Amino acid sequence: MNKMQLTDIQISRKRKRERADKRFRLYGLGALVLALAFLLFFFVDIISKGLPAFEQAEVLVEVEYSQAAASNYNKAIPREYKSVVSRAWLRTIPLTLQNNPELIGQKQKIWVLADGRVDQYLKGNEGHRLKEKDQRFADELKQNGLLRLGFNSGFFTTGDSKLPENAGILAAAVGSVLVLILTMLLAVPVGVMTAIYLEEFATDNRFTRLIEVNINNLAAIPSILYGLLGLAIFINFMGVPRSSALVGGLTLALMTLPVIIIATRAALRAVPETIREAAYGLGASRLQTVLHHVLPLAMPGILTGSIIGLAQAMGETAPLLIVGMMAYIPDTAESIMQATTVLPAQIYTWSGESLRAFEERTAAGIMVLLTVLLSLNALAVLLRRRSERTW
Amino acid sequence: MTTADIFFWFAAGLLPLAAMAYIISRNRAVAAEKLGARLHSRPGYYGMHGVIGLALPAMAVGLIFSISHIIGLISVPGPMLLATAFAVGVGGFAIALKQIKPEFRARQRVEKMMSLMLLLSATISVLTTIGIVLSVIFESVRFFQVISFWDFVTGTTWQPDTAFLIGAGRDTAGVAPPEFGSVPIFAGTFMITAIAMFVAVPIGLFAAIYMSEYASDAMRNRLKPMLEILAGIPTVVYGFFAAITVSPLIVKAAEAVGLQADFTNALTPGLIMGIMIIPFMSSLSDDVIRAVPQSLRDGSLALGTTKAETIRHIVLPAAMPGIVSAFLLAVSRAVGETMIVVMAAGLRPNLTLNPLEGMTTVTVKIVEALTGDQEFDSAFTLSAFALGLVLLIITLALNIVSSIVVRKFKQRYE
Repeated sequence: MNKMQLTDIQISRKRKRERADKRFRLYGLGALVLALAFLLFFFVDIISKGLPAFEQAEVLVEVEYSQAAASNYNKAIPREYKSVVSRAWLRTIPLTLQNNPELIGQKQKIWVLADGRVDQYLKGNEGHRLKEKDQRFADELKQNGLLRLGFNSGFFTTGDSKLPENAGILAAAVGSVLVLILTMLLAVPVGVMTAIYLEEFATDNRFTRLIEVNINNLAAIPSILYGLLGLAIFINFMGVPRSSALVGGLTLALMTLPVIIIATRAALRAVPETIREAAYGLGASRLQTVLHHVLPLAMPGILTGSIIGLAQAMGETAPLLIVGMMAYIPDTAESIMQATTVLPAQIYTWSGESLRAFEERTAAGIMVLLTVLLSLNALAVLLRRRSERTW
Repeated sequence: MTTADIFFWFAAGLLPLAAMAYIISRNRAVAAEKLGARLHSRPGYYGMHGVIGLALPAMAVGLIFSISHIIGLISVPGPMLLATAFAVGVGGFAIALKQIKPEFRARQRVEKMMSLMLLLSATISVLTTIGIVLSVIFESVRFFQVISFWDFVTGTTWQPDTAFLIGAGRDTAGVAPPEFGSVPIFAGTFMITAIAMFVAVPIGLFAAIYMSEYASDAMRNRLKPMLEILAGIPTVVYGFFAAITVSPLIVKAAEAVGLQADFTNALTPGLIMGIMIIPFMSSLSDDVIRAVPQSLRDGSLALGTTKAETIRHIVLPAAMPGIVSAFLLAVSRAVGETMIVVMAAGLRPNLTLNPLEGMTTVTVKIVEALTGDQEFDSAFTLSAFALGLVLLIITLALNIVSSIVVRKFKQRYE
């Protein structure tokens, strides 16, 4: 009897422990599910907010290219259309006429950009700020098929604008490309050379240890401090123009450097010693060994690390705000000295706009940025998979 | 011609000239070889030697002129700099060309230069650190000349508005002096960091445990990159998401339980920052958990413990130093995180323990001080550098402590 009781206790204790075991496992699974659920929620939210921005209201209107329109663009369209046609489009008429004088005297029925408020009203968003009278007019136009939602190609072909219907990401995208090219040109060679020095040439002395500790620390320094560096040294001390792609590229290059160095060192270390010994055995010098044998073998790893570093730099905003890349810049930069903005900074600027229409622009900009970043990361993963080899 | 233009033309001019130097020198070596000379090095090295002969003097001239320009010694007009650099470069190239003889040890010369270049690039990272430290300290010193260091560290009111009047040269009689007490700013920073850690540590740690101990390799290979997407999302995007989507949700949720929440509450950026840090926490922990020797697990399981007990009592304590260091690095990342708090946390320094109220952080104040239209020399803009200095000290301290912890861990298993 006594013995039976003991086993009962043992059994119940064992069950308890088994339940605890299962619970523990479920916590782990739960944590993963939670994180992935957030990811899903995040993407659904951004996409549902951003998708409408890829459509834009257009209105079919009879444009009269008269002499009067060249000086007063409001005269180009019938008066009642004034509230539904975008001012941004109207403003381009004088220039169009200047470039194509033969148009004067002609009448054309064309689809033109609609006003941002009409666009928001058409998409059924609250807070469209369209007057009641104009709402009725828009409804009437829509019923007659004179108002429609079309693909918003302008989003990709124009720069920033204070009018939401005309605001696009072209200037920011060009700025991002300029900054990224500079970052790549500066950070990749210096990073790879530093890694080669540390991995293949340096002897273990105080100086190399100093460099090593330094790189690890640099990798963990908050990015905003690089902004302070850029402001104090590049802009105030060296006189690099504020908001330019040059100062952005310099700042981001310094920030990306440790990432590239660490990745390159890992790639170099993965090349087995036998390869080097074989090269030495054939009489190659140290530099020849590195340049002709080790570096080509480590190249996929270096590329992977560089792509990841550049993707990070592309999404970085904080240091760029400090060096002035959040200004309102509607025009595409033509040189690295001109003021420019980048995609993340454009997103930041738009997110601060009060108009409801800018919210969908922001989300759409985010979709573009994320698409680029995720493709870059996917490319890095692909490269890593392909180059994985057993020695 | 601006400094930048000169720089541009200098760089743009050097490249084609260097290419030309390479081709001419190499051709000369090849021609000598065709005539039957036995060269010491391969022709390419003679080419590189020509490039060095051209570029090195030209770059030296550029460097000397720009340093003297920056420190204000002499300012040479741009065209003159370009002309001098060109002349010196061509001269150097002519000398290098003369040196090309079959017995000339071009490879050794080139290799020496190259390893010097490698060393030079390695010093750039050191220079970066020095640059960050110096730029932050220089401006901080200027700040502390105006504001007492003690008031900055212990003051509980941050009211810099009047500093801006002084900076604009306005009469400040009758205006309260500006106050730069950083305590509420750091309190807000630590509050938001604490919330972030409260989210990131349990989720990250349990995710790591599941991935390393329970999941199959195939599953882990799929899960890990998915989690890492979280780390690849730019923080400006998180900031937008926090401000537009999460913050209203939190305000509504607080209302539902009868609480009042600000739209710029501390909870929103804390939560989102925590989610951002999850993959950081989980990847680092995953690595250290997998580094725990299998024999420890086998020994424990052989004694009849369940898997959970083994993980809790054997694996986690063994991996603890690595987990602690991951935690410290995550804290340092949260303290320095900028965009999420700039977009979703408040601007008003607020000394409170209620996470539903708005609070501000160090990085928010840095951005605020440096993106306005103020005079650059006002105490308000300089305060950003003082805050940056403290931020630098905190993150460096966290890094050092975490690397010490890791070193101890390694010693135990080697």
